[in-house]
Amino acid sequence: MDAQTFNARVATPTTRLIGALAIVSMAWVVIGGLIVTPKDVDQGDAVRIMYVHVPTAWVAYLAFIVTALASACWLLSRKHSMGFDRVAGASAEVGVIFMAMTLLSGSLWGRITWGSYWAWDPRLTTTSFLLVTYIGYLAVRGLGGSLEQRARRSAVIALLAVLEIPLVHFSVLMWRSLHQKASVLSGDGDIKMDGSMLTTLLVGVIGFTCTFAWLVMHRQRVLAMQDAMQMTQLDAALRERADESAGLK
Amino acid sequence: MDHLGFIAVVYGATFAVIVTLVVRTLSQGRDLASKVADKDKPWT
Amino acid sequence: MSTQLSLGRVARAVAAKDLRIEMRSRVVINQVFPFAGLVMVMFAFALDNDDVLTRVAGGLVWLATLFSLIIIIQRSFAVDTADGALEAQRVAGLDPAGIFVGKALAVMVQLVTLEIMLFVAAVVLYRVQLHADGAVLLVTCVVSATAGLSFVGTLYGGLTAGSRGRETLLPLLMLPVVAPVLIGATRATESAFNSGGAAVSDGWPWVGVLVVFAAVFGLGGILSFGSLIEE
Repeated sequence: MDAQTFNARVATPTTRLIGALAIVSMAWVVIGGLIVTPKDVDQGDAVRIMYVHVPTAWVAYLAFIVTALASACWLLSRKHSMGFDRVAGASAEVGVIFMAMTLLSGSLWGRITWGSYWAWDPRLTTTSFLLVTYIGYLAVRGLGGSLEQRARRSAVIALLAVLEIPLVHFSVLMWRSLHQKASVLSGDGDIKMDGSMLTTLLVGVIGFTCTFAWLVMHRQRVLAMQDAMQMTQLDAALRERADESAGLK
Repeated sequence: MDHLGFIAVVYGATFAVIVTLVVRTLSQGRDLASKVADKDKPWT
Repeated sequence: MSTQLSLGRVARAVAAKDLRIEMRSRVVINQVFPFAGLVMVMFAFALDNDDVLTRVAGGLVWLATLFSLIIIIQRSFAVDTADGALEAQRVAGLDPAGIFVGKALAVMVQLVTLEIMLFVAAVVLYRVQLHADGAVLLVTCVVSATAGLSFVGTLYGGLTAGSRGRETLLPLLMLPVVAPVLIGATRATESAFNSGGAAVSDGWPWVGVLVVFAAVFGLGGILSFGSLIEE
């Protein structure tokens, strides 16, 4: 038996640095977004939702780009390294949660600015379809089977989603353009941003991106350990079976 | 501040979810790290 | 046998096999078709207004088609996985792209038959007026939409068939993907029916969307079906 050590933890200096950066910039977003920045001329205090909503939405979309890229890398790489598969899975897990938060903060913001929680806007509809699609993606990851099987199935699903989402977006765009000429969301650009508002938004995007990176790196390592556990348990079960049959002889 | 309730819910929900996610990930990682041998942790 | 069968021959053989099973068991005809008809009647109960029904008839026909699609796909793969036929076809070295096209063709034939029945039901129950100048649009729409639905259904059906006991996953995966077909086919059908004052010429761009959709997922299925059913 080889000597086994159980000392190493999940965190590494890199993730600690990213985590510290995330905490500092998140604190900045809360203070800047709630206190320092002025009211918007048209939207009033409602504009403060933007400092959280826009970075959340950015991370949600980033997560699915990362999932798609990692899935493509897994399919194309000759070694089929499981690292790609775990990054894809970790990123989708984080992405689903951020996507749900985007829809929540967006609908609350919408209630204030355009008077309703929901509008059949292409961007909104596509976002909700992304959410459902990736809930399905995570369900496929949970189907069981070998690691290789999980990786292949989920990679194909992730790439099919890349085909699906533009088609959904385009068809909703075409559908809505028949009914109403201007999108409700087109008023977004009307927010006149001064220096402190822009800075806060930028820091928010950086902070949320760091949070995303930290979460994906940690989740990815947790998944790696779960896979390793599964393998050792499988080995142990096989060894037990072998011992049993040896004892019967 | 007008719409205080909405703003509080958005900030509260967003950061509560992020903190929960971070805490869960950390505790899960700590738990597994004590069961999985170091040779299965390629980042070390 | 060492000779590799061509995609076309595999597809034709698989489609013929699936249709022969259906002709003998008549599960789709005796169970899915009555179910779809029932859904059409239920829609009338729920909406409870003749004018509204005529206006939204196109959408209801396609919704009933989507619900039936889920059942037809599950049936199509249940006959294969019950006795390991899908596995056997794969091990026998049949081109997975051929299996994909074959199963999709068989689903397409069943769906078109169902849709013809549903359109007749819409004329009878919902008082839809069929016009001669909308007929070409309607036929093109049905063919292209059905092709897209069959490709997506077969693709995701193959994925969930490999995982035992998770039929509940199929609608969750498939319905978001076929949403563009529902939008496109409904708009094109409404144009063909002139419902809500839609002109026939308004429908053709939507047929374009349906054709692109069918082409994208047909190609996607041919390329990826092998890795989805592989154990």
